[in-house]
Amino acid sequence: MQKSLHIDAAKCTGCRQCEMACSFENYAMFNPSRSRIKVFDFEHAGRKVPYTCTQCDEAWCLHACPVEAIRIDRATGAKIVLENVCVGCKVCTIACPFGTINYVAESGKVQKCDLCGGDPACAAACPTGAITYIDANWTGLDRMRQWAEKTSVQPAA
Amino acid sequence: MGWARKVLRVNLTKGTCAAEPLNMEWAAQYLGQRGLATKYLASEIDPKCDPLGPDNKIIWATGPLTGTMASTGGRYSVITKGPLTGAIACSNSGGYFGAELKMAGWDMVIFEGVSPKPVYLLIQDDTAELRDAAHLWGKTVWQTEELLKKGHQDPLMRVSSIGRAGENRVLFACVVNDLHRAAGRSGVGAVAGSKNLKAIAVRGTRGVTGIANPKEFMKVTAEKKKILADNAVTGQGLPTYGTQVLMNVINEVGALPTRNSRDVQFEGARKISAEAMREKRPTDGKANLVTNAACFGCTIACGRISKMDETHFTVANRPEYWGATGGLEYEAAWALGCANGVEDLEALTYANILCNEDGIDPISFGATVGAVMELYEMGVLTKEQIGIEAPFGSAKALAHLAEITVRGEGFGREVGQGSRRLCEKYGHPELSMTVKSQEFPAYDPRGIQGMGLTYATSNRGACHLRSYTVASEILGVPVKTDPLATEGKPELVKAFQDATSVFDSAGVCVFTTFAWTMADLAPQLQAACEGDWSLEKLEKMGERIWNLERQFNLAAGFTAKDDDLPRRLKTEPAKTGPAKGLVNGIDKMLPVYYRVRGWTPQGVPTAETLQRLGL
Repeated sequence: MQKSLHIDAAKCTGCRQCEMACSFENYAMFNPSRSRIKVFDFEHAGRKVPYTCTQCDEAWCLHACPVEAIRIDRATGAKIVLENVCVGCKVCTIACPFGTINYVAESGKVQKCDLCGGDPACAAACPTGAITYIDANWTGLDRMRQWAEKTSVQPAA
Repeated sequence: MGWARKVLRVNLTKGTCAAEPLNMEWAAQYLGQRGLATKYLASEIDPKCDPLGPDNKIIWATGPLTGTMASTGGRYSVITKGPLTGAIACSNSGGYFGAELKMAGWDMVIFEGVSPKPVYLLIQDDTAELRDAAHLWGKTVWQTEELLKKGHQDPLMRVSSIGRAGENRVLFACVVNDLHRAAGRSGVGAVAGSKNLKAIAVRGTRGVTGIANPKEFMKVTAEKKKILADNAVTGQGLPTYGTQVLMNVINEVGALPTRNSRDVQFEGARKISAEAMREKRPTDGKANLVTNAACFGCTIACGRISKMDETHFTVANRPEYWGATGGLEYEAAWALGCANGVEDLEALTYANILCNEDGIDPISFGATVGAVMELYEMGVLTKEQIGIEAPFGSAKALAHLAEITVRGEGFGREVGQGSRRLCEKYGHPELSMTVKSQEFPAYDPRGIQGMGLTYATSNRGACHLRSYTVASEILGVPVKTDPLATEGKPELVKAFQDATSVFDSAGVCVFTTFAWTMADLAPQLQAACEGDWSLEKLEKMGERIWNLERQFNLAAGFTAKDDDLPRRLKTEPAKTGPAKGLVNGIDKMLPVYYRVRGWTPQGVPTAETLQRLGL
């Protein structure tokens, strides 16, 4: 079964536990600026939205890479960056329509979400269930259920 | 190690910035943030100095858990000698700024001297420099943050700044970060203003590294987060209702100071409560509350995000106030509402927004307005003097006074001096509900006896966050005590004061203490920091920090006479509720408290006490 990160922004409080968990998992430090998942703050609307790579099947980044530094992890379906192959040309960052693969000046390579090998630290750290790791075929199930519930309500007489 | 081990020293007179190593011997004795910065301040300034003069210093300080995955690990404090009180001032804030400062590689920033012209401090990781702030002076906190982010083309920058109130030296001006989180009390913002320091803008990309035992730290912080999630207060009450969950509770127990403490219950409490914030308004069908929000690292998320009713008289045709922003917390709702008898939720929300926008403490402001309204009703102050009719309950007067106070206009300049100075000026010092010149918060000491001792002995002037005995006396955390009894309260107050000193020094939020005890904090510190962080050591440290602050105040000229409550609370019994007929028993509690503290009957730590604590 393939699984996906599922983001329910309505549940996000903006605590950044996900960003710290991500940077700790990958760089052994608490450093949101190195996190591969980012929480965006839409202050005037009162909304916080976590965002990261959705692991496209036909990944633009992968196709754009001239040195084949981006490979598919067969177990998880994640597109992963081979750091020893990446030459830091940044073409993938141009190709990605979502901006979720990013250059890191400190290493001279790009970084992106790799689903932590199948146990994403961000989902484990999220205290509200805004980020979950679920069956990829059913990422919309919660929302379907909500709408299904509405359709079953009889209008008041 | 939880610390970055680096201090930034900024000499505003000379315009220099220099890095120095953190004094690790002191860190072992005072931990960080509140405790450690107080040690620095007490060692570097004359406690008798003018708080708004060049000899005072002001410190922005983080704790060892700031910027880590420990829940609520995003706090910082601003420490200085306070201009409202003349005592030690230490005001704690959440949001994201504290963690960002730590991520840039700094434990604290010490400002000394006075800049010849307005400046802001720009920190980008290791580099720090003072920049000209001519374009920011006269601007609000909100404008300042926007101008800095635009000017530096950095939307991720974090800003801690003062508004016009701090520039105008309103004695209860705050330092505000992330638009609506504030180091709120005792006038720390006025000290920044007196130094021509407008803001600190920081971007930190180095991160927090070098956790002593990373595996253990991740394990133990996860366990402690679960305790917060499973607790009824931190897991359900605070995220759902915010601190405003208290409004109806405190009203029912007859401890809601109302109309400048004439009454202990407010008939309009329900209309300005957490429950009311969630109800749909008849005008636009929307609720005042939009959502809850967390500060950095916080798994509780008690913060309120509100949107105003666009048709309300305060903001009609002023779309700049229509967006979502920080909403009413309990203390603000009480001070702007109950203390003045105002029951218009939208008017309180508006006044609270102005407090955030220009950086004033809603507690001191609201409580001072309460005194103004009482003086108005007595005929001491007139409509001509105030600029508006100001009887208790007037939402228009509240909104007007908020506007002129943040702008420093007319009678607003007198409000900006706080209630002690204002009441003295108009011949009624007894009407100022203050201790050490600081307005007390939302718990009436006649209905919650321990809070009387809390206010009287708080080192930064009247305050609930120095020993929140409400937890025990009302909520039963960690054990239920009788709110109407004085017996046992001196011991309770001391225990809360010492524990809170440690939580404030660690870099976490005091709200964790609804679920955590010091025994929950100790293993998190032990995993993060090298050295011994046993429970015993922390308990002694809390007492040491409390006594250090006390010594500062004694050296500044305070005596046992200043550990007292306004006459009203000692002579005018509560008129209604469970505490009906009671006054506060401070005179019974204080001598016992001094003894429990190991102080002389004059409130001075004995030589033995100081030696035991290594002071």
